[in-house]
Amino acid sequence: MTAQQGPRELPGVDSPKGRQGSEGGVLNVFSHGVLILWGLMVTLPLLWAVMSSFKDDKSIFTSPWALPSSLHLDNWSRAWSQAHMSEYFLNSVIVVAGSLFGTMLLGSMAAYVLARFEFPGNRFIYYLFVGGMSFPVILALVPLFFVMKNMQLLDTYHGLILVYIAYSLPFTIFFLSGFFRTLPSSVAEAAVIDGASHTRTFFQVMLPMAKPGLISVGIFNFLGQWNQYLLPAVLNVGDEDKKLLPQGLVALAVSQGYKGDWSGLFAGLVIAMLPVLAAYIVFQRQVQAGLTAGALK
Amino acid sequence: MQHGKYRFIVGFLAVPLAIYAVFVISPFVQAIYYSFTDWTGLSSDFKVVGFDNYRKMFEDDIFWKSVGHNVLLLLVLPLVTLGLGLFFAFMLNVGGRRRKNAAVAGVRGSGLYKVVYFFPQVLSIAIVALLFQFAYNPNSGALNSFLKAIGLDSVQPDWLGDPQLALWCVMAVMVWSNVGFYVVLFSAGMSSIPRDFYEAALLDGANRVQTFFRITLPLLWDTVQTGWVYMGIMALDGFAVVQIMTVGPGGPDYSTEVLAYFLYTKAFRDGQAGYATTLGVALLIVTMIFAGVVMKLGRRERLEF
Repeated sequence: MTAQQGPRELPGVDSPKGRQGSEGGVLNVFSHGVLILWGLMVTLPLLWAVMSSFKDDKSIFTSPWALPSSLHLDNWSRAWSQAHMSEYFLNSVIVVAGSLFGTMLLGSMAAYVLARFEFPGNRFIYYLFVGGMSFPVILALVPLFFVMKNMQLLDTYHGLILVYIAYSLPFTIFFLSGFFRTLPSSVAEAAVIDGASHTRTFFQVMLPMAKPGLISVGIFNFLGQWNQYLLPAVLNVGDEDKKLLPQGLVALAVSQGYKGDWSGLFAGLVIAMLPVLAAYIVFQRQVQAGLTAGALK
Repeated sequence: MQHGKYRFIVGFLAVPLAIYAVFVISPFVQAIYYSFTDWTGLSSDFKVVGFDNYRKMFEDDIFWKSVGHNVLLLLVLPLVTLGLGLFFAFMLNVGGRRRKNAAVAGVRGSGLYKVVYFFPQVLSIAIVALLFQFAYNPNSGALNSFLKAIGLDSVQPDWLGDPQLALWCVMAVMVWSNVGFYVVLFSAGMSSIPRDFYEAALLDGANRVQTFFRITLPLLWDTVQTGWVYMGIMALDGFAVVQIMTVGPGGPDYSTEVLAYFLYTKAFRDGQAGYATTLGVALLIVTMIFAGVVMKLGRRERLEF
């Protein structure tokens, strides 16, 4: 905000060193300052949470910004076992593993057919899928709840998996059908001439060729499904033990407010943050590519 | 080649299409139908009541309060988030000069900045909301103790508990978690602008501000517009931050109530499923009007390069 007005006042100010051109020096110091400031604003809350997860309850309250006097690793083990974080973590792993596999399999199958075969209704089905990207999920939420209730899918892993798959299909199909269209058709034709069925051609020739695209959209879906909050908050509330990680953590925070185990809560928060941050740092190129491709359609 | 083609197509499309129809399309269609009924959601009987729910909605003070908040979010959030995103992306891609003999480059360490700025985007919004709920805690939160540490003992706001401040606190969190995405998005757009444009501008003696407004922004306009629509849809949601961070029903004195959370409480707490879907339809209409306005206002001559 104020940061944006900065350069408007500064241009043309001569650099004290002179060597860097008319606006190099001062403006570079200024712009680095602003960039570092935002970097701190992004990282400090995260570091504060990590720091608090190693403290005892008393020092969290009395000196929130001080370094922990000794490392209270028991916070982590307490959060992991007594506060059920391990169960929530496992629930998230089960649901996300199932829905990620289903999304990638079904999404790539549909995208392949829509991208590479001509048949009546192809465009209609494509836009039916892709149109789903632009509607707010919350509008469908109330009827969805009752659809799930009637099919006895509320509070079940497979119910959540099906819903996650359904809501991940639009972006997955949009992204992958674009990708399949760019693959050369000569390889697929050769396989078919050699006597491979369409199904076999898809699994043994086309899918391996689409690997970079599958990885990008796979990571994108992993982050989205792992971080999902709204859907489980509505469709998965019957059974305490079946909560997913973000949901379980929020429930914990509400009940913990009365029990006062703040250090355990911070440990839980960090346990929930670490896997995605680690996955992101390893795959940051693919994550950024996947996200921007989605928005730049 | 044609042998078994249609069997293959049907075989590959049937399951994805069925799942999508049951869990996405049918709920959307049903939502519109239920908005004309007095369904409670608790029992299976209901009757069609025409526009009663819509009439009720227009007379509902809390509905208008939520709409007001959503409109404020729609105006402030994209402006601040995209503004910061554009500024940082420009700094990271064009801002630095005279390095490695390249006339145009990002400032030093721009790769690292891009990675770090993106951190909040990969965290669950539930976790972000929880983290800031602690940070905003008036007694022992990070913010107030920071203020105390720099000698501002007298300034100890109640943040989320103060009806005047609560909504702004919620907005700050939404900006915090989204700026990184736009930095990356705009960086991707900026990297496709030909370098010669910048070099020519540089030779003509343009400074950075002129370069930004004359070259970068016009050539990036389509991306900015897409970003505006995305951020607007984000602003119309706000469910998780409001539900998790603010106390009471939609914050103190409904000061942070937004349509998404209002819909949720009507459907799953008050047993007014029919009325809740009406609110959903209203939300959809607001979304579409917003997208239409952005597209219309933003339309300008398309620049080819």
